[in-house]
Amino acid sequence: MAELRALVAVKRVIDFAVKIRVKPDKSGVVTDGVKHSMNPFCEIAVEEAVRLKEKKLVKEVIAVSCGPAQCQETIRTALAMGADRGIHVEVPAAQAESLGPLQVARVLAKLAEKEKVDLLFLGKQAIDDDCNQTGQMTAGLLDWPQGTFASQVTLEGDKIKVEREIDGGLETIRLKLPSVVTADLRLNEPRYATLPNIMKAKKKKIEVMKPGDLGVDLTSKISVISVEEPPQRLAGVKVETTEDLVAKLKEVGRI
Amino acid sequence: MVFHLVPRCSARLFWASSGWRRTYIQGASVGLKYLGCPRDTYSPLACRGYSSVSGSPEVMLTPERYPVQRLPFSTVSEEDLAAFERIIPGRVITDPEQLEACNVDWLRSVRGCSKVLLRPQTTEEVSQILRHCHKRNLAVNPQGGNTGMVGGSVPVFDEIILSTALMNQVISFHDVSGILVCQAGCVLEELSQYLQERDFIMPLDLGAKGSCHIGGNVATNAGGLRFLRYGSLRGTVLGLEVVLADGTILNCLTSLRKDNTGYDLKQLFIGSEGTLGIITAVSILCPPRPKAVNVAFLGCPGFAEVLQTFSTCKGMLGEILSAFEFMDAECMQLVGQHLHLTNPVQESPFYVLVETSGSSAGHDTEKLTSVLEQVLNSGLVSDGTIATDQRKVQMLWALRERITEALSRDGYVFKYDISLPVERLYDLVIDLRTRVGPRAKHVVGYGHLGDGNLHLNVTAEAFSQELLSALEPYVYAWTAEQRGSVSAEHGLGFKKKNVLGYSKPPVAVKMMQQLKALLDPKGILNPYKTLPTQA
Repeated sequence: MAELRALVAVKRVIDFAVKIRVKPDKSGVVTDGVKHSMNPFCEIAVEEAVRLKEKKLVKEVIAVSCGPAQCQETIRTALAMGADRGIHVEVPAAQAESLGPLQVARVLAKLAEKEKVDLLFLGKQAIDDDCNQTGQMTAGLLDWPQGTFASQVTLEGDKIKVEREIDGGLETIRLKLPSVVTADLRLNEPRYATLPNIMKAKKKKIEVMKPGDLGVDLTSKISVISVEEPPQRLAGVKVETTEDLVAKLKEVGRI
Repeated sequence: MVFHLVPRCSARLFWASSGWRRTYIQGASVGLKYLGCPRDTYSPLACRGYSSVSGSPEVMLTPERYPVQRLPFSTVSEEDLAAFERIIPGRVITDPEQLEACNVDWLRSVRGCSKVLLRPQTTEEVSQILRHCHKRNLAVNPQGGNTGMVGGSVPVFDEIILSTALMNQVISFHDVSGILVCQAGCVLEELSQYLQERDFIMPLDLGAKGSCHIGGNVATNAGGLRFLRYGSLRGTVLGLEVVLADGTILNCLTSLRKDNTGYDLKQLFIGSEGTLGIITAVSILCPPRPKAVNVAFLGCPGFAEVLQTFSTCKGMLGEILSAFEFMDAECMQLVGQHLHLTNPVQESPFYVLVETSGSSAGHDTEKLTSVLEQVLNSGLVSDGTIATDQRKVQMLWALRERITEALSRDGYVFKYDISLPVERLYDLVIDLRTRVGPRAKHVVGYGHLGDGNLHLNVTAEAFSQELLSALEPYVYAWTAEQRGSVSAEHGLGFKKKNVLGYSKPPVAVKMMQQLKALLDPKGILNPYKTLPTQA
């Protein structure tokens, strides 16, 4: 029975199926009353950690999320998928706007050390900001090796083999534990949380703490200037023949 | 006006678009993983110029399979074509390849041999066309999305196909009252997307939403998945514009909730299946979009438990219950085998899909979780799952909505749509399994349990008269004995026109025939369908 322990970071984002609306004052997107759920890549990360636990390679899976009170729903989903306990690093809504990858990375780094975990799983990026930075920054702060865009993960004793999806194809690397792994799309297909597990999850513990308790400073040096919708795509024009196509392209000055 | 979800992450996030529903309903062999060109073997949209795929087995001409004689209507002449061309220039189609798909129904069970497809854009054009056809005694087959299940949407012989495909404009939408006025050829899914942007939804929803037209829905009084919550089109349709057999335009397109001035004529046309008039515009009341939608998928150990789960849900969920569907283990096996959809819960004899819609996410989730706790602890449900995000909601619904598609891929489908007292809903399936034995590949039951509506389907390698004789009239007689309906929501069309006697007394049938004679004395509107041929 392995003694490895895993920490999985999950983020609560606007549900990917929702149509995004920009606020009239261009300060951000509308989040009030909009459906939120767990970031899809974070779900994949949770699934991988739970599978390792089921294979008895990992002893405990802890789910963590940073943000306002509603984050607890997301942690509960992770618990319903099989995580053992949760940690909610509470950040009031007003301050949560300035929570970026660097701030979250600082929190995760401190937590990883405090909880003495061997593995830190994250989704490769969040679908709201598309930053793809948190995992990498956390690894940097901890001075841990990292396997990002993982499409396959194999534990080998005190090492972990990670197959990474990169533009040129697949790269396989071997990392010494403890290490950071970020999940890509093809790593696994997350399970449905079954009813018995959803009921059990209600009884699992979620520890609430403040960033100050970890000694982390959340000030951000980045401020959002404006958020705008992309320009409307104009309708295309259909032409009948290649001659027409060439003529049209010449007309609009493209050739 | 197609809504494409903006992919906010790697383009490889292939679960994305709601467009998969459109492509699957076109009968294309796409799973959730592929978004792309529909291979339109069965595509009703092939009428729009997609050529049909060679290699698909030919469908037998209806008059060769069923005993039906052509009535003495005129045949289309060059002068007729010229007249149509004057009314709708450029939209008179006689190309056999384009007509191919419009002559065959979605189930590929009936085929006509029409030589003319007309595509008007306005009510006035429909009126002029019908005036001409009435004068010349030419038969007309109104056609919407061609997704009907009883062969009512395609010609039996050479009736002229009058398609509503180009009558797809929204006329008006009032966002305080929620009243939508639109032409009959608007596709249901597109109307849903139009309304969604304005925080409303259509009062009906069905698996064929990507292709069916609202005019067809009204003409067949379609039921669907939201019937439990929002009721029948007979309640939600406020007004209609109809063109009668002789070209007269009947404009009852009011947008009033209450109007008791005289007989309610629109009720005649709702569900008349194109035999009393052609619906050209609809005024419909749309409910506000629920802020919180939750879907749970449950496994039950037996049908008795399914019924008890239903009672429990009705009692504890109350006003937020918006759908209650059931399916049996064979249905799950078929969607797994043909469409590669995964079962989200452990294998059970029955599965139930429960949907709640409400205005408060917290309130609804609390109610739903307490119901589920209750049914789980009392053993009514052996396993279940709740959708945690939109993608899971769509995947759970797909398990129920795509059963029809999976059945089509299993072979030839004998389809029955029955209303029964809810306690006896599954007994017919069990009875039939024993009766047909190994002659059928699968005998499955699923449907709108909340409405007492069973969809009973029997699949076989190919059509077989022997199997048909074992099924009919046994199924109808069984239903009549329970005082049920032999066609709960699919209508009569061509395939069931002779069996309405099992659910309606002779006096009623006679009165229907009298009304038909009154409104369409020449009988040119959708002949050979809906009512039994008079003796």
